[in-house]
Amino acid sequence: MADKKKLEAALEKKALYGEDIDLSKYDDSDEARTKSTEDLTAGGKSKLAKVGIELDGEGRSATFIQVDNTPVQVEVDKETPLELMNTGDAAKKHPELVEKYWWKAVAPDTDKYTAKTATEREQGYFIRVRAGHKISAPLQACIFIGHEDQLQRVHNVVIIEEGAELNIISGCASDPSVENGVHIGISEFFVEKGAKLSFTMIHNWGENVAVRPRTVAIVGEDAQYTSNYVCLERVKDVQMYPTTRLVGKGAVARLNSILVAPKGSHLDIGGKSILEVPGTRAEIITRSLSTGGTIINRGLLAGMSEGVRAHLECNGLMLSNEGRIYAIPELDAHTGNAELSHEAAVGRIAPEEIEYLMARGLSEEEATAIIVRGFLNINIEGLPESLAKKINDTLDAFSLNKGM
Amino acid sequence: MLRIENLSIAINDKVILHDINLHIPKGEVHVLYGPNGTGKSTLIGTIMGFERYKVTQGKIYFKGQDITEIPLYERAKLGIGVMIQRPPTIRGLSLRQMVQICGATPEEAEIMADWMGLSEHLDRSVNDGFSGGEIKRSELLQLMAQKPELLLLDEPESGVDVENIALVGRAAKYILSGKGCQCEKGCCPHFGGNLPGKTNPLEESQNSGLIITHLGHILKYIPATKAHILFDGTLSCSGDPMEMFSCICQKGYEHCINKGCGGGL
Repeated sequence: MADKKKLEAALEKKALYGEDIDLSKYDDSDEARTKSTEDLTAGGKSKLAKVGIELDGEGRSATFIQVDNTPVQVEVDKETPLELMNTGDAAKKHPELVEKYWWKAVAPDTDKYTAKTATEREQGYFIRVRAGHKISAPLQACIFIGHEDQLQRVHNVVIIEEGAELNIISGCASDPSVENGVHIGISEFFVEKGAKLSFTMIHNWGENVAVRPRTVAIVGEDAQYTSNYVCLERVKDVQMYPTTRLVGKGAVARLNSILVAPKGSHLDIGGKSILEVPGTRAEIITRSLSTGGTIINRGLLAGMSEGVRAHLECNGLMLSNEGRIYAIPELDAHTGNAELSHEAAVGRIAPEEIEYLMARGLSEEEATAIIVRGFLNINIEGLPESLAKKINDTLDAFSLNKGM
Repeated sequence: MLRIENLSIAINDKVILHDINLHIPKGEVHVLYGPNGTGKSTLIGTIMGFERYKVTQGKIYFKGQDITEIPLYERAKLGIGVMIQRPPTIRGLSLRQMVQICGATPEEAEIMADWMGLSEHLDRSVNDGFSGGEIKRSELLQLMAQKPELLLLDEPESGVDVENIALVGRAAKYILSGKGCQCEKGCCPHFGGNLPGKTNPLEESQNSGLIITHLGHILKYIPATKAHILFDGTLSCSGDPMEMFSCICQKGYEHCINKGCGGGL
């Protein structure tokens, strides 16, 4: 860990992007006001379902649910060879892992959010899949804000050892009664040689909740990492710039994001892939839809080494005359033999497309909804069927609800 | 089926077509000839109801109903179907979904796609990377599902390779027959199979059509009743489709209009 002084200094360090949050205004308590998922409100439970969490654990290999700053459910299917516990407990149990992994992907003095999390009592999930174990049923992790003005801090550490495989569905939400809150989520993913990790995150926060995830994945030789992020509902602001470091030959990373900003939402969301060694590949695909809110979509591919290949795609659709979509794709080649490309397009729906569907008998509203639904469709490779279906169902429900 | 009276059409305030009168009775298929840029596509687009074509004068009646002012999708629901020349790509919407939107059941979508040689395309986005000929076949596949009573085709054979022209022609004829097809996958008399003891169900049309063609190939497959030449922004003469076509090929449009091309007016 960085030295204490540096860390303390970082407590005041503003993040590079996003509105600065005065953390002192929020309730930093670790008090366990919700002790089990049964204590959740009906509205809260329904939001968990929306973000892909099965409260009965059906079809899941393991479940981790944290409410505010307290893990309330940590369960692993008996047959499943994986380790899941609160990060704080894991640190006590495995000091050798702390040396090797804790705060090794995310620097604790990155900004005030990482520093705050690094200086307080640790909670969040620690997941380890030992070498060679391939776990097909997804692990579900839920980070939930249950109380007004809560400052939630989460530190997650995920280690997928050599040749192992895991799919994680991470649902993040707040109780419908929560108007204000802050979520800080530090996630450090280590996908080791030949391992595979898919991480699907669905957000459904409150209208005044500010969200600051800080995620870094380190992907080793011939390993594959896929991240899918879906945020369709109104949230005050989310700022994140998840980073993937491809550090082993043949490593592959894919980052997919589906972003919708209704009026009042401010999403500053990026994706960064650093191709550090030869023969690595990365792909970042984002679909942004503004129905009146702001989306800043950053993307960076850094080709640091010979023979790397990466593609960045950010497409935005403006459905309203208000709102804003600001796409900032960046390519940074440090060698003559890096193949980096990007395509970006922001616009409204072409009237010809609407008329084409209307000529087949659809009303203008129906045609628009279908085009929007198609626009948000990303073909995600290698995702377990249950998770792909969850994403599709979420998008379908969204399109229908909005009556677009 | 379709009656057009004294119709004038403008695009961006510029009059493109004027004083168009056209009557297509039920069961008749008419052909529209004319040089490039005379407004053939404009006429078809106006009958369908696309936004950019403004009717400045006159009326369009379909099945006795004045449809001049009603929106595009209502005309589609009433039974008008169109194949435009360059349809847009709809990313994220598969051809399979599109064919079902048009009215096919999932099974019908499979069978019809097989007839049209598009089984492999069903799960691709509509028109995404389709060749010119594939687009025509995909449009006809959608129209087969839509089952229009008035079929509007804008150059159905352009960009289609020789082998597939017969397929495009059969598909158009199938739609015009209005009888559908009761048979199983692969055995439709018009799409490869032959059912002994059954007569060709597509001999005559129940539906009507208006077809733009430059090459005339499609006429070998569909029972066209009458042809018209669109020239200088209006319908100039009418006659027998085949006679007019060979006359145009030999002597050109102007001769045909000024001197007449058989068939009589």
